[in-house]
Amino acid sequence: MTGADTPRELDDHLFRRESGRMVAALTRIFGVHNLALAEDVVQDAFVRALEAWRMRGIPDNPAAWLMTAAKNRAIDVLRRERTARTFAPEMGRLLETEWTLSPAVNEAFEVHTIRDEQLRMMFSCCQPSLAEDVQVALILNILCGFSAGEIAAAFLTSRAAVEKRIARGKKTLAASKRLFDLVDTDFVSRLDSVQRALYLLFNEGYHGSSPELAVRSDLCAEAIRLVMLLREYPPSDTPATSALAALMHLHAARLVTRVDAAGELSRLSEQDRARWDRRLIDQGLGLFDRSATGNELTVYHLQAAIAAEHVRAASVADTNWETIVALYDHLQRLAPSPVVELNRAIAIGERDGAAAGLAALESIANRQRLAEYPFYHAAVAELELRLGYGARARDHFAAAIEVSRNSMERRFLERRVRECELLAPSS
Amino acid sequence: MRSVTINRPFQGATMSEFIYLYRTNDAERRAAMSAEARQQSMQAWLEWMRDLEAKGHIKNPGNPLGTEGRVLRGKVKTVTDGPFVEMKDLVLGYSVIEAKDIDQAAELARGCPMLAGEGSVEVRPVAPM
Repeated sequence: MTGADTPRELDDHLFRRESGRMVAALTRIFGVHNLALAEDVVQDAFVRALEAWRMRGIPDNPAAWLMTAAKNRAIDVLRRERTARTFAPEMGRLLETEWTLSPAVNEAFEVHTIRDEQLRMMFSCCQPSLAEDVQVALILNILCGFSAGEIAAAFLTSRAAVEKRIARGKKTLAASKRLFDLVDTDFVSRLDSVQRALYLLFNEGYHGSSPELAVRSDLCAEAIRLVMLLREYPPSDTPATSALAALMHLHAARLVTRVDAAGELSRLSEQDRARWDRRLIDQGLGLFDRSATGNELTVYHLQAAIAAEHVRAASVADTNWETIVALYDHLQRLAPSPVVELNRAIAIGERDGAAAGLAALESIANRQRLAEYPFYHAAVAELELRLGYGARARDHFAAAIEVSRNSMERRFLERRVRECELLAPSS
Repeated sequence: MRSVTINRPFQGATMSEFIYLYRTNDAERRAAMSAEARQQSMQAWLEWMRDLEAKGHIKNPGNPLGTEGRVLRGKVKTVTDGPFVEMKDLVLGYSVIEAKDIDQAAELARGCPMLAGEGSVEVRPVAPM
């Protein structure tokens, strides 16, 4: 304990963040087939930290303290088990003798090594043989230190389902001889999978099912942290990575107004733009500028461009809907989906009026695929309401409630039904 | 060692010393817990300790005990090796507390986050000379 006047505090989520870093470093030493051992050593470091800090107070550099505890424990394990187990093939024979044991362990915990090992872990979690929901669960568990229960709460799924995903993923990981090699020939295609998984992770935070703002911003923050890690390594710092990072920042800037503290959704037109996070917007626009190099135009570029139009506008009316419609057109050509068409129709409704918007909604190809998507029915209802068809709008909001996915969506839609009834009392 | 003389509302009253022995078992100690939950448990401890300190009850925040050790027994001086981590009842550490009497010392221990799980706090007076 030092004589500092104000007691030191722990950074928010310090343990969770350090968990991902320590597992990465320890996997370098133990090998990916000993992932469970690496996780045990991390748990042990946390137990020791808790026992020591609660009586002696938080040390000057808690992250370094945890790393040292993990290192010491790793050295114990290596000494005890080096004849019984095989460790990482990359370590060669360095772990066999005391001459090289400690230096090899120390090296694994150096900042640049940890960064590379986190990247290798991230790339390993995104093996094409694993389903995307497994990839995302693995990333959250291993790299972000989320427990199965915490992931289940964030995704509104059962803990058992998440545990199954994690177990399946870890089995695949443990069966691979080593972590993904960053100089591997399929680096480029694997990078696509990593970007996609981080995009899904972010979306779960931004559009997702948890009604808790804190949970959702945690997911967004983790996705941003990992995408920024990709940017630190030149081969993965591609224009698409910058575009993905830009779109995450620009959306995250609006999260506080999209879901309020009470867990209520709000419409774009209701949001207080003064509360959008200026710092995230500036970072996002900077990243968006940097993404505009090379000749690759990805879905991330287009979505970042749309988000940039929204943050640049002072209000819904002031928004450049012309450009946004054009961007959705482009997106629809690049990655056609009914949800893109839905958003395009909403933008047309803003540009050309509600009737044109409704016509665009009705002309969506594969419209039946949106039948289970509450915001399709809600979009129809919003435009009908604008045209004064209160009763029809109410019916469409009611249809949206039928397929709503959580209580937050349901409460939002119920509020809109009540607002319709004020305009057009039912007979 | 942290100075604890800054705030002594009980100064003047006769204060006695007590030891808190924090006990748990190995299963509890190693129970699976998410990183975030551990951090919250840490936070709860710090708040509890700071509260006791602010009220002038901490004579010495004490120390955690390592889990390795030896036990010597009897005239033949049998030495049993640690670690004690397999033990059902493991002393994790201690703090030295100042309180009016054992009742107050026990009352103060009620807030100990150790009690959130299967752990226990043993409150023992430091016997007067």
